[in-house]
Amino acid sequence: MTPIPEAAPAALTKDAGDPAAGAPLLSARNLVKTFPGRRTRTGRAAPAVRAVDDVSFDLRPGETLGLVGESGCGKSTTGRMLVRLLEPTGGSVTFDGTDITHIGQRALRPVRRHVQMVFQDPVSSLNPRHRVIRTLTDPMTVQGTDPREARARAAELLEQVGLGAEHLRRYPHQFSGGQAQRVAIARALATRPRLIVADEPVSALDVSIQAQIVNLMERLRRELGLAYLFIAHDLSVVKRVCDRVAVMYLGRIVELGPRDEVYARPAHPYTRALLSAVPVPDPAVERTRERIVLKGDLPSPAAPPGGCTFHPRCPKAQDVCRTERPALLTVGGGPREAACHFPEAG
Amino acid sequence: MSTAPTTAAAAAGDRAADRAGEPPLLRVRDLRVAFPTAAGPVRAVDGIDFTVRAGRTLGIVGESGSGKSVTSLAVLGLLRGAEVSGSVELAGRELRGLPDRELAKLRGRRMAMIFQDPMSSLHPFYTVGEQIAEAYRVHFGAGRRAARRRAVEMLGEVGIPEPARRAADHPHRFSGGMRQRVMIAMALACEPDLLIADEPTTALDVTVQAQILELIARIQAERGLGVVMITHDLGVVARVAHEVLVMYAGRPAEQAPVDELFADPAHPYTRGLLDSLPRLDDDPGVPLHTIPGSPPSLLAPGPGCAFAPRCFRAAEASGDVRARCEGTRPDLVPLRAGRLASCHLPLADGPSGRPSRRPSDRPAGGLPDPQDPTPAPEGTR
Amino acid sequence: MILYLARRLVGVAGVMLAICLVTFTIFYLLPADPAAAACGKTCTPERLAEVRHSMGLDEPLWRQFTDYLTGIFAGRELGEGPHALQCGFPCFGYSYEYSLPVWDLLTDRLPVSASLAFGAALMWLVLGLGTGIAAALRKGTRTDRTLMVGAVAAASLPVYFTAVMLIHGVVRVAGVLPYPEYAALTDDPLDWAANLLLPWTALALLYAAMYARQSRSSMIEAMAQPYIRTARAKGMPERAVVVKHGLRSGMTPVLTIFGMDLGGLLAGAVITESIFGIPGVGRLFFDALQRSDQPVILGVTLLAAFFIVAANLVVDILYAVVDPRVRY
Repeated sequence: MTPIPEAAPAALTKDAGDPAAGAPLLSARNLVKTFPGRRTRTGRAAPAVRAVDDVSFDLRPGETLGLVGESGCGKSTTGRMLVRLLEPTGGSVTFDGTDITHIGQRALRPVRRHVQMVFQDPVSSLNPRHRVIRTLTDPMTVQGTDPREARARAAELLEQVGLGAEHLRRYPHQFSGGQAQRVAIARALATRPRLIVADEPVSALDVSIQAQIVNLMERLRRELGLAYLFIAHDLSVVKRVCDRVAVMYLGRIVELGPRDEVYARPAHPYTRALLSAVPVPDPAVERTRERIVLKGDLPSPAAPPGGCTFHPRCPKAQDVCRTERPALLTVGGGPREAACHFPEAG
Repeated sequence: MSTAPTTAAAAAGDRAADRAGEPPLLRVRDLRVAFPTAAGPVRAVDGIDFTVRAGRTLGIVGESGSGKSVTSLAVLGLLRGAEVSGSVELAGRELRGLPDRELAKLRGRRMAMIFQDPMSSLHPFYTVGEQIAEAYRVHFGAGRRAARRRAVEMLGEVGIPEPARRAADHPHRFSGGMRQRVMIAMALACEPDLLIADEPTTALDVTVQAQILELIARIQAERGLGVVMITHDLGVVARVAHEVLVMYAGRPAEQAPVDELFADPAHPYTRGLLDSLPRLDDDPGVPLHTIPGSPPSLLAPGPGCAFAPRCFRAAEASGDVRARCEGTRPDLVPLRAGRLASCHLPLADGPSGRPSRRPSDRPAGGLPDPQDPTPAPEGTR
Repeated sequence: MILYLARRLVGVAGVMLAICLVTFTIFYLLPADPAAAACGKTCTPERLAEVRHSMGLDEPLWRQFTDYLTGIFAGRELGEGPHALQCGFPCFGYSYEYSLPVWDLLTDRLPVSASLAFGAALMWLVLGLGTGIAAALRKGTRTDRTLMVGAVAAASLPVYFTAVMLIHGVVRVAGVLPYPEYAALTDDPLDWAANLLLPWTALALLYAAMYARQSRSSMIEAMAQPYIRTARAKGMPERAVVVKHGLRSGMTPVLTIFGMDLGGLLAGAVITESIFGIPGVGRLFFDALQRSDQPVILGVTLLAAFFIVAANLVVDILYAVVDPRVRY
């Protein structure tokens, strides 16, 4: 567990280099999470899986950072470490200047008020035995709000997410997927948080419902000045909601930068392949697009390739890629960063 | 050949084939499927017509509960405990009413299917080689050795490295993408003419999806396969389909050649679906359009258009017209240029008066600039 | 696999040792005094002390225990002086009630219990799995409901009731079969089967009912798997779909409980053996309990534990053979 020394400064220099940057709301520094290999029935332990490997980024107040990547890239694990649903194996998480990596549950409580989470499956993330009113008031009373005040605010919250006070007495199973996700968002808003970590909040929903939730989240951000960490595999959705994007591959951030730059001129070959693989709902565009089809499969996170973890599938891999792991460094004068020996833009 | 007015789509589509004197590969007419429940029949599919020709791809799009998967299972006769009516013709032969024993001889042999989840769709206890070989043995009466050779050959064809060795592996030893390749190898081992792919890439990552779609396209081109691609992803449809059928609440909403459908959809639902889709090449500054409400119950469909309660055209319409939307179910009728829609208030040709987010008027910074200006050929492998 | 087997065998030995120790301790703490039983009715305190000493009961627990263990592996001499008994390998103690080493008693009775267990198992497998699978394939129909109501009814009948009814109906009223009287398989196979038919039926009926329910539910689950749909989609005849794809996964869970049930029954079916007067291990156990024949009780307990632990191991190995995802 030796963090690569070059990686941390890279993430730090960005703040220094970006004059617009104020103090970050949340900072992740060299986050690492290893899971012990699953014990087989023989009792022989499989090798440990490094699900997240040296991830650093900042999130500024009111900003939306997208965390994208394919399954197993560590994006959800990262999100869970930020809200301390998982204990990091290494590295640190700082919220509003306080290091929250190792503080106890009691000390964490005031922080929890400010950091809330929204999950992929809205129905199963709500307690099936609680009516909506309880789901909404519980987080407030835990934080010490007067119960009567909490009930009044619950109705207000439902209004805010496009539902009505008539939904207060209902149970989660009485809602459609889209409505349930609205309730889940209302719950997240109950404590007036400053940051919401949203883990695939729309990927379980149908297209027409997806748009409703995306618009809702955007409106709430404008109205409430929220910051989002938006974790998703759907690059089209991420492009819609995010200011900046971090692309992850096999537990590491391979590219991080402002949305328009990452989408228009991806620097990392993986980002390029990923973007070119997303189908565009327009046959005319589809016929003329450049398409990079990656060869082979995602390697097992338990046995990642040496050097640059992307090299076995990379169309431009050279010898150095097989032996040396590239650090996340600024590309083309910044503020974008990519972890590649031969970045595209510049 | 007698064709009902509602099957004008099929008629239009068939014209070329009819000239050659050959029936289309697959023709489905007025397909209806109802599942009996305690609360009454659920009308999962309620009057669907379509035609698939050799070498062509029909995309069937719809959201969950639209009946697209049920349609495909009904074609193969794989629905148990459902009431199915209508006509399913495979190369001119009516399949409805055939005993299951006869249908089984056609399944896998003339028409094959692949499914969404390649893990649970393969039997965990048998090697992939065995699972490919068994269908070959059943349909061709081949011996064990010949069938095994065929399995290895097919695994190689779908791009699995070291096919001879991998044939002896069980499904859990393969990645998701590789399993879907195995499914494709299995489906195509007996050289069917028709492949029905039910959300074949939904469970896969986007880079793997690209691989699988390309594989299907390559094999289709090599064999002149007719393909039905069932998906909720309009992007996938835009990439692979020639014709598209949009389904809503078990009914056809619109049917058109792919370019026409995406360029100017006639049905307000299609329009709404396209507008609510975030896409790589749109302007994130403009909020997404949304379709209000959610899909209707299939238990007790109302008398009118299933989409009317969510339809912006119906909402804007005056009393009389609106009453028609809510009171009379629209038939699927031909509109312009080879296109059919079931709508009392179809959108006119050209700009429909709603802000378009199509790439022609998109601001700078859409898709990544292609380095290679030439269009990518079918096989970029 | 070999490594796994070795590890599991060490585990089996460990579990057996632990069971041995626990049972032994329990008997040590019990108020009943085996010496008193051995001493007989006309017993003086001096004589009792003598007997205790000769049986080694005046030794501390650990000493008695190690002696017992040594006996199992090397045999030992019980008692001292002229009364000493040679108890050869494997020595599980000596029954003063029967005046025989426990091991001899066990090996004598085991084939009887095995006859009962295997015969009944064959019966309940055919009956139970047949019913369960038939019901599963007709899920929701009247046949399914009828079969399952029958299964619930059969499962709720206690063995002693079924046994008594069988004896009454078949032997007394119909007179088709003689009153069961155990005959060894090696003596007369036909007689053996005829006499065991009723006990088999009584025992199998209960198990068949449970197996019908278990196999029905696991078969329904198996037939609902997407790979069954795949098999149909590639044109497999329905028969092959059910037999090759459905049964293999549907019957795997049944395998587990079958191993345990059979293992348990090999060490004796106390009630059935008692009612039908079958001289099996269960009957031996029952009698030993009534007479506080502690060496026998201990011996049967260890035997039962051994069968359960061994059955567990066999099931686990079979599992790996059936399901390739299980790797050792």
